[in-house]
Amino acid sequence: MSNNKPLIVLANSGLIDPNSLEQAIGVGAYSAMAKIVEEAIAPSDVIGIVKASGLRGRGGAGFPTGLKWSFTAKDEQVYIICNADEGEPGTFKDRLILEGDPHRLIEGMMIAGYAVNATKGYVYVRGEYTLSIERMQTAINAAREVGLLGENIFESDFSFDIEIKKGAGAYVCGEETSLIESIEGKRGYPRLKPPYPGAVGLWSKPTVVNNVETLANVPPIIVNGPEWFRSYGTEKCPGTKVFTILGHVEKPGLVEAEMGTSLQTIIDVHGGGVKDGKAFKGALVGGSAGAFVCPDCLDKPMDFDGLQELSAVLGSGAVLVFNEDASIVEMLDGILAFFKHESCGQCAPCRGGTQALKTIMERIRDGHGVAGDLDKMVEVATSMQATSLCPLGQSVILPITSALQHFRPEFEALIS
Amino acid sequence: MRYPATTEYMLDMLHDLQDAEPKNYLKREALQAVAEYVSVPLSEVVSTATFYTMYSLKPRGHHIIRLCESPPCQLVGAESMLDILSTHLGVKVGETTADGAFTVETASCLGVCGVAPAMMIDTELYGNLTKERIVSAIESVRRSDV
Repeated sequence: MSNNKPLIVLANSGLIDPNSLEQAIGVGAYSAMAKIVEEAIAPSDVIGIVKASGLRGRGGAGFPTGLKWSFTAKDEQVYIICNADEGEPGTFKDRLILEGDPHRLIEGMMIAGYAVNATKGYVYVRGEYTLSIERMQTAINAAREVGLLGENIFESDFSFDIEIKKGAGAYVCGEETSLIESIEGKRGYPRLKPPYPGAVGLWSKPTVVNNVETLANVPPIIVNGPEWFRSYGTEKCPGTKVFTILGHVEKPGLVEAEMGTSLQTIIDVHGGGVKDGKAFKGALVGGSAGAFVCPDCLDKPMDFDGLQELSAVLGSGAVLVFNEDASIVEMLDGILAFFKHESCGQCAPCRGGTQALKTIMERIRDGHGVAGDLDKMVEVATSMQATSLCPLGQSVILPITSALQHFRPEFEALIS
Repeated sequence: MRYPATTEYMLDMLHDLQDAEPKNYLKREALQAVAEYVSVPLSEVVSTATFYTMYSLKPRGHHIIRLCESPPCQLVGAESMLDILSTHLGVKVGETTADGAFTVETASCLGVCGVAPAMMIDTELYGNLTKERIVSAIESVRRSDV
């Protein structure tokens, strides 16, 4: 990070051999779980520590993690699911954690399991992430072999085991209830909420679904305490965020930066600036279900709240940079093709809406747009936001309204 | 069988059965076998299998090429990469080469955006694509088949 603070989530990625449990332990893996057992920290106190840290879900919605855990119903069987179905276009942060530091994730899931009294965890990984699945399985096997997973962990009463579930190609399965349906071996159709998974989840049992990056933050919070975590980031969004910085920048890749870092810093310091010295036109922040931002946004803090003020979202932390030559029309057309393809078809507003939006967008792109097309798109997306079953259909409005807010003339030029 | 006879393992079974078939698809007999094994109607297995893009109910090539068409790849020329692929292999998206070696598909995002534009051939990733890299990747896969 720019101010020389050590990294949190990616501290070990690239430094240790991910296939070596010894090396992971050498840099502190499982010391958080050991601390919990040694100091006999009660599950409710673990939740208290995570609540006090202010950790918020890194999958995109930013919901407070400790609060989510505390909402989990008590039951004989509770499940932890790690959502590693990373499908948001422009995002590959979870893959780097899975492949670079799998034991950190196992420990994060274990602590979450301890906190909500779950004995079984699932990691749902995208089917395309072959290496992630291999590395994660190797890590699980190694942890089982030495008793870090299984019965009576650290000779305590706590038992926990993890199983990998491999996806089969469906963006919508990143939505937690679709993911649960998929683990159950069904079509990945989202469920109506409420009830939330914390009450009725996998096989109707209380279930916590957390993103990879969220869980990766948990062990260091337990070891170093909530105040340490709060020394990073902003008051309402403590900690760091793993951003993927892509598109027209000199050094595309990923970076862990403090929450609230400005877009300008992320582009210039971490991305090496706009490629070939060209002018910055804008960026798509948060992936395809994210929003376009313009040069006025460069000094704004990149966190859940700062972006909400701009009617944008942090989402998964993907930042796609456009130089002056990029066509926002082409980009939005690509995004709407994506939504049309990934709409699961269960609810009518999303199934029909994504089709209609792509049809209108295509004729605008091809120069055959007619008066009223842009308003029509907003109207369709607005009703989808109000009536779609899950965030997929609800979020398509974001890229549309933000593209029109900042780049409307580009679209109007194609409409007769 | 490797898996317990419950629907929980249906996706795993479908993956394994498809991978074991040289033409990379789920035969009707395979779907039927899964249905019988987990005791659900065939229609339920077909319903699940057709929901996910990684499964195919039609024969495909020996190798599956998945070209990423996410915004980061689109921005740096994924569309022209698709043209290069199609021209070199003589097929359009969704089609299989006459010799049965390759099927060309597109993917919403492969999660390797740092090296866009990117594609996968089976489980192997290829990034920073250019015409030369695409052609050499395909030819090296072809050579390894001989």
